[in-house]
Amino acid sequence: MPRIRQAAVLAALALPLLAVGASADTVHVGVTLSATGPAASLGQPEQKTVALLPTQIAGQKVEYNVLDDGGDSTRGVANMRKLVDDGQVDVVIGSSITPVSMALIGVAAEKKVPLLTMSASARLIAPMDPQRQWVFKLPQNDSLMADAIVEHMARHGVKTLAFIGFNDAYGDSWLAETTRAAAARGVQLGSVERYSRTDTSVTGQVLKVLAEKPDAVLIAGSGTPAALPQKALKERGYKGHVYQTHGAANNDFLRVGGKDVEGTILPVGPIVVAAQLPDSNPVKKVALEYVHRYEAANGAGSVSAFGAHAWDSGLMLEAAIPVALKAGRPGTPEFRAALRDALEGLTNLTLSHGITTMTADDHNGFDQRARVMITIQNGAWKLLP
Amino acid sequence: MDPTIIAILVQDGVVNGAIYALLALSLVLVFAVTRVIFIPQGEFVAYGALTYAALDAGQMPGSVWLLCGLGAAACAASLRAEWRRLSPRRLARLLAGTLALPAAVLLATRELAPLQPGVLVQALLALLIVTPMAPYLYRVAFRPLAQASVLVLLIAAVGVHLAMGGLGLVFFGPEGSRATGFSEDSLELGPLIVPGQSLWIVGLTVALMLGLYGFFEFTLYGKALRATAVNRLGARLVGIGTAQSGEIAFSLAGVIGALSGILIVPLTTVYYDTGFIIGLKGFTAAIIGGMASYPGAALAALGVGVLESFSSFWASAFKEVIVFTAIIPVLLWRSLRGGVVEDEE
Repeated sequence: MPRIRQAAVLAALALPLLAVGASADTVHVGVTLSATGPAASLGQPEQKTVALLPTQIAGQKVEYNVLDDGGDSTRGVANMRKLVDDGQVDVVIGSSITPVSMALIGVAAEKKVPLLTMSASARLIAPMDPQRQWVFKLPQNDSLMADAIVEHMARHGVKTLAFIGFNDAYGDSWLAETTRAAAARGVQLGSVERYSRTDTSVTGQVLKVLAEKPDAVLIAGSGTPAALPQKALKERGYKGHVYQTHGAANNDFLRVGGKDVEGTILPVGPIVVAAQLPDSNPVKKVALEYVHRYEAANGAGSVSAFGAHAWDSGLMLEAAIPVALKAGRPGTPEFRAALRDALEGLTNLTLSHGITTMTADDHNGFDQRARVMITIQNGAWKLLP
Repeated sequence: MDPTIIAILVQDGVVNGAIYALLALSLVLVFAVTRVIFIPQGEFVAYGALTYAALDAGQMPGSVWLLCGLGAAACAASLRAEWRRLSPRRLARLLAGTLALPAAVLLATRELAPLQPGVLVQALLALLIVTPMAPYLYRVAFRPLAQASVLVLLIAAVGVHLAMGGLGLVFFGPEGSRATGFSEDSLELGPLIVPGQSLWIVGLTVALMLGLYGFFEFTLYGKALRATAVNRLGARLVGIGTAQSGEIAFSLAGVIGALSGILIVPLTTVYYDTGFIIGLKGFTAAIIGGMASYPGAALAALGVGVLESFSSFWASAFKEVIVFTAIIPVLLWRSLRGGVVEDEE
């Protein structure tokens, strides 16, 4: 017992020393992501990427404090409060999925800490209001991607479309965007089917879709679960076009889908086919650097588009922190406010997913340079002209 | 909706229902013998499936290490519980069962995994890796609590479920896998295309059920299990080791879970957390069967499978709602008809 008490006293004495030593001119970055739970396939590459982010920006040490929220909004909020209150962070990166990130917006505004979210939904940054001023979104808006898909359909003579999507916020968002984009281009959206990530069979949904004989089917799922409806369609002899969303673009999708997903068409951030981009594309260099760094640390072929969002958050901080330092020292409210302003002022910054220009109304800043259409050929992603 | 669609939906429902039936059976079995509501049953499905898939891809499945760890933990737990009563012979048996067996499986896996020795050997190896975890878990987590209330056992089961789920993520990663099936052929019956794998599923389910029936009716161990299920104290009075009964029940649950996983992984993508929802549907069936009746649970499981496949056709967005809501009228009916709440022991 005495020994334990001694240790506790020592620890209590040492803690403030550590805290003081750490906060002098160090930028503290808090990270909350879904490394476990249903969104682990997004959170894990993000977590591995955070380990590669710069530890020195403009002469300042940068420290990352990473917490796992397991895809749970309550834990996400608790993490963020802990990061801000105990960790005194200057900026928070997170989280991996929309429901968690939605819950973080309020905390970011309350504590006046900029939040860089790696979730996809446009609702995180629109409509712009005083709360959302503190939020910046790294992934492309679904509307940008949905437009690309429907435009491709219209160009290839698709008249009727069926939709099979996740039974969650991801599917909802895609259904809304697809409905809008399809109406604008005169593509008729027929049956709308939903399934969940852990379903073992989608036979019922696929039969219903096939009964309508649509020209094309759009599957809105992420990661390997997106392969299930496509395999079922193939099994039942569907011959039309199959489109996927950018959520499907990881190598595990290819592994699980095998030859059944050949010829799938999907829009993605340029990072996915970085090596195939023309040299004139400024994204190529940035994206390839990330690919090389990530694969050097985690093995060849391990890179995914999701982790690249975390990388992009590092690039944005690298650009914004030097500007913000002019207004105050890290750890002060002035610095955090200046960092927010600096992020909003980023212009033509090249990221691995595209080129961003933030404005007061648009905290995503991507244009069509942030998407390319690709297909799957011989088990690999292939850039479509 | 035409007859072809109905036929395809029924076929799909029966195949899924067969898996739910297996899980429902083992849930009923474990509950009857040990009073544990075996929530981690689903994890055994996922572990079986993903271990088999890893072997199929020529990789070393991480679950082997868990097997070794659990074996050592079970050995320690047993030594602590029985060190006073250990004869040399029992000690040797304990060491062989908890330390030598995992070590042998580890060596065999290391030798065989890179060779990709074919589906049958891989399936057997996956069964060998996953099944012993169940009795080990019983020794570590449930046997020390054997006298506790059903609620405490349920909480322990939830704890094991969460731990195994988390470890599954570590071993198998967040993404799912598929594997080669026992049979790539398919049978054409008019408009129906019946994949060979689904015949395997239905066939093995029926065979397992018949086997279990024979086990319970005609073998001494089976009768001991039934006796434990009927009356724990009475069973002990006539010299049946209830702890051994519990271990056998868990082993059976482990085999059934792992086998279900191996059977479905060629048909669908399995994730580290897929097992839970499959187990939950088996659980629904077991509840409809009253947690006591084997044929009742098996029939209910087929019903759940068919209901699921039809509701995914008509109202895919509400599929799970429909399937799990089915439990409510049954519970109502049971409580209105039965009236008496069963006492514990």
